[in-house]
Amino acid sequence: MCRLALKTASEPFSPFTVLQAMEAMQEGYDGSGLGLLLRGLQFTDYSYKPGDPVFSGIAHTEDALFRLHAFMQNRGFGLKYDHEYEVNFSKIEAKDRHKYILRVYNKPVAWANLSEEEVEYQMMLIRLALRKDGDDHGGDLTVFSFWPDVAMIKEVGWPLGVGEALGLDSHRIKSRICMAQGRQNTNWGINLYACHPFFIQGIATMTNGENTAFIPIKDWLTGKGFPAYVGYQSDSEVFAHILHYVVKQLKLPLEAYKHIITPLKSEELKVHPQGDFLLGLRDACRRLIIDGPNAVIGTLPDETCLLVMDAKKMRPATIGGKPGEWAIASEMCGVDAMIPDRDQSLDFQPMRQHTVIVPPDRQEFKIWSQFDQFHLPQAA
Amino acid sequence: MVSIRSIPSTPSSLTPGDLPWIIEHREDRCTLCGRCTAVCPVYAIKLTYMRQRMPRLVLTSNERGSAFRTFVGIRQKTEIANKCIGCGTCAMVCPNSAIRPVANPMADRFRFQSTVGGEPVKRGGRRNDPAPGLLDKIIFNRISMLTDPALDAGRHEFFLNTLLGRVLSPEEYIRRKMAGEWIPPVREIFPFIIGSMSFGALSPNMWLGLLQGVAYCNEVLGIPVVMATGEGGCPPWVLKSPFLKYIILQIASGYFGWDEIIRAIPDMQCDPAAIEIKYGQGAKPGDGGLLMWFKVSKLIARLRGVPEGVDLPSPPVHQTLYSIEESVMKMIQTMSMAWNFRVPVYPKISGSNSAKSVLNNLVRNPYASGLLIDGIDGGTGAAYNVSMDTMGHPIASNVRDCYLDLCAQGKQNEIPIFAAGGVGKTGNVTQNGMALIMLGASGVHMGKYMMQAAAGCLGSEQNRCNVCNIGICPKGITSQNPKLYRRLDPDQVAQRVVDTFMAIRTEMKKIMAPLGRSQSLPIGMSDAIGISDESAANRLNIKYVC
Ligand code: SF4
Ligand code: SF4
Repeated sequence: MCRLALKTASEPFSPFTVLQAMEAMQEGYDGSGLGLLLRGLQFTDYSYKPGDPVFSGIAHTEDALFRLHAFMQNRGFGLKYDHEYEVNFSKIEAKDRHKYILRVYNKPVAWANLSEEEVEYQMMLIRLALRKDGDDHGGDLTVFSFWPDVAMIKEVGWPLGVGEALGLDSHRIKSRICMAQGRQNTNWGINLYACHPFFIQGIATMTNGENTAFIPIKDWLTGKGFPAYVGYQSDSEVFAHILHYVVKQLKLPLEAYKHIITPLKSEELKVHPQGDFLLGLRDACRRLIIDGPNAVIGTLPDETCLLVMDAKKMRPATIGGKPGEWAIASEMCGVDAMIPDRDQSLDFQPMRQHTVIVPPDRQEFKIWSQFDQFHLPQAA
Repeated sequence: MVSIRSIPSTPSSLTPGDLPWIIEHREDRCTLCGRCTAVCPVYAIKLTYMRQRMPRLVLTSNERGSAFRTFVGIRQKTEIANKCIGCGTCAMVCPNSAIRPVANPMADRFRFQSTVGGEPVKRGGRRNDPAPGLLDKIIFNRISMLTDPALDAGRHEFFLNTLLGRVLSPEEYIRRKMAGEWIPPVREIFPFIIGSMSFGALSPNMWLGLLQGVAYCNEVLGIPVVMATGEGGCPPWVLKSPFLKYIILQIASGYFGWDEIIRAIPDMQCDPAAIEIKYGQGAKPGDGGLLMWFKVSKLIARLRGVPEGVDLPSPPVHQTLYSIEESVMKMIQTMSMAWNFRVPVYPKISGSNSAKSVLNNLVRNPYASGLLIDGIDGGTGAAYNVSMDTMGHPIASNVRDCYLDLCAQGKQNEIPIFAAGGVGKTGNVTQNGMALIMLGASGVHMGKYMMQAAAGCLGSEQNRCNVCNIGICPKGITSQNPKLYRRLDPDQVAQRVVDTFMAIRTEMKKIMAPLGRSQSLPIGMSDAIGISDESAANRLNIKYVC
């Protein structure tokens, strides 16, 4: 089973503290791996300029590292910072890791005239091209993300052990958001790409539980022909892609995500203030209805965090914290470990109709019920 | 050896042992009540006087050596027209279990003589292929009971319905909603649909029973079952009733019944569930409908706007049909317009290698609401043997190909594919239907299964009964003869319709719960199914399991 932990705070913190929280939930996972996503980066030895794209991945050979370098150079990216993890390779289970990469680049000059949307599209294509390059070379380059202000690490092993092996305990990297997951892949064999969180154009999600509607959803997303709707080494990857589809392609507000993955029943929609629109939306997005017990935790480029429950509330998840600092975890003890000094009575466990949203100001979290109206700028 | 002439032998002379069904009659039990002979739909048996010699030992010379007893007994006729059809009605009425039909275990000789008179064999019913279908071999093997909190078929809530109608892509939906443009009509229905059987083919009691059952399912049980009429319209009282919303009206090449329907439009209280345009049928591809004169009663004649007692063949093709594009465009648009674009309109075609080209045409027609493909195992009221047994395409691979084709275009949610033809042929109706759904169908139509389950149709793939075409249905299901259809109590049919759908609903949950599915119908969930036939697995692009 997977265990999830997310912490978001106005003051950057070390991801190691989140890994310690994962330890509190250790009965629940098999230690088959760790996935980390950091957003809102701060380095002790480098002053990061917001907007610069950050590449995260693993080069398994020197050749892969060289190709990456050449690839980026050819496309006009200037290397600004190359983070050196203090790796203790003896503590890493896998033996084919050459270098854990976290590099900050300058955008190519040629991009200066592109719109924001076009830049985002180009960054995505770069990530996909590098991933394909790795795949074409026997998987010698693993690519997690290429996006401003986001760093990702995925590795096999116990989360705390992996954190120590990568030297995260020296607290040289900090971030305002940290998503962590102790992985067990429900559908497929062990593969770094199958590890949560999943990332697409700045949007990331992680999930516990199996998504039994995976194949029909995957078939539909694949049929969209969007270049980044690929991969699907894990059934949970579609949660990230659906969120991307809702927010970036359909340009609907965040609340619509819940209505698309777990729509209300027809009887419920008949009495919903936006029932007419939502009923049609449900039909149009029918192949995106998830199934299975899932709690989806996600983050967006503007540092909004969200937690969405499955339609039957079959999975646990808790949010707790205090203004400026919030934690979401699949187990209550995870929240305790991340933010011990909070008022526990204000913790909240969302029910089947809920989406919990922590806005970027982190002053309070918003509980939105699917039965309530939400703001639909274009379509209402 | 006796002279040839004294043996009554023609090329077509048959004995009971040459027929497909042999009557076993026990004289020791028979009380000669005559019920069997009175009830036999084809007059296959007769009460007849017979003489039996009683040999005796003769002691005196003025007496003869033998005496004869005269008795009345039951014998099977061997004329072609009276061959026993194995319906078993005689056994049903016999108070002493003295008579029953037995399938001839040998290859009968009848089949070589069945063309006497120059007319090939016609019949109703089904394809005579008793082998278990491919669908029966599909199992559901992606069990997720241990990986997650399990679903409980009895306790949890399940969403079993499907959509009938053109669904827009999300982008287009939002755009049109914003612009206040037309959104195509979509119906939320139960995925097991009562397939098209015409009001002429079915007796009024059968039709009424089905409709009553359907209404109960919708209004009391909350199972949104719909039923399709075949060609030939719908009784006027139904057209003007609130039950019309449970009915898919079919228009076929004969356009029978459509005068009545069009005239009723201003008086309709609600819209029909959908309009089905029949271009072809699984049981007899290339043939139009055929309602034989026996069945054209006064009411049927009125509904169809024809004289009583004449054969009503529909042309094999629509007279307007010049090309798919033209025909589909014209007819779909005309029918849509008749109800002001509020009713889904979709075509029904015979299963065929060319189904994909029709489908691709529909994808580009903004008014097309779906496609119904009827496979070779579909049934019919009347057709030539050769059409029924050998023409057509099995449904499984046809649906699968079409679904995968839609997936490749990302359109699988936009045009629902419905499958028909042999669903529940061996009784496994829910399993068959769910297998087709996981192969990519949005729902299934079932006709013969409903006749068997709801009305006790006697037909079988062993060519039992199957005389639906000549108006002598022993159960009163497919006859317009009041003497026969009064045998069928509409209330009892309705009860069985309800039983059937309740059972299907439970079985659907029993299939979906272990697969971890409850939030939506698992359309195209091909990772959940497997088959122990490697070539079928490859063909269908599903898992081979052993
Ligand atoms: S089985 Fe049917 S057809 Fe045959 S003798 Fe009996 S009633 Fe007649
Ligand atoms: S019982 Fe009636 S409907 Fe069934 S096969 Fe016989 S004639 Fe046809």
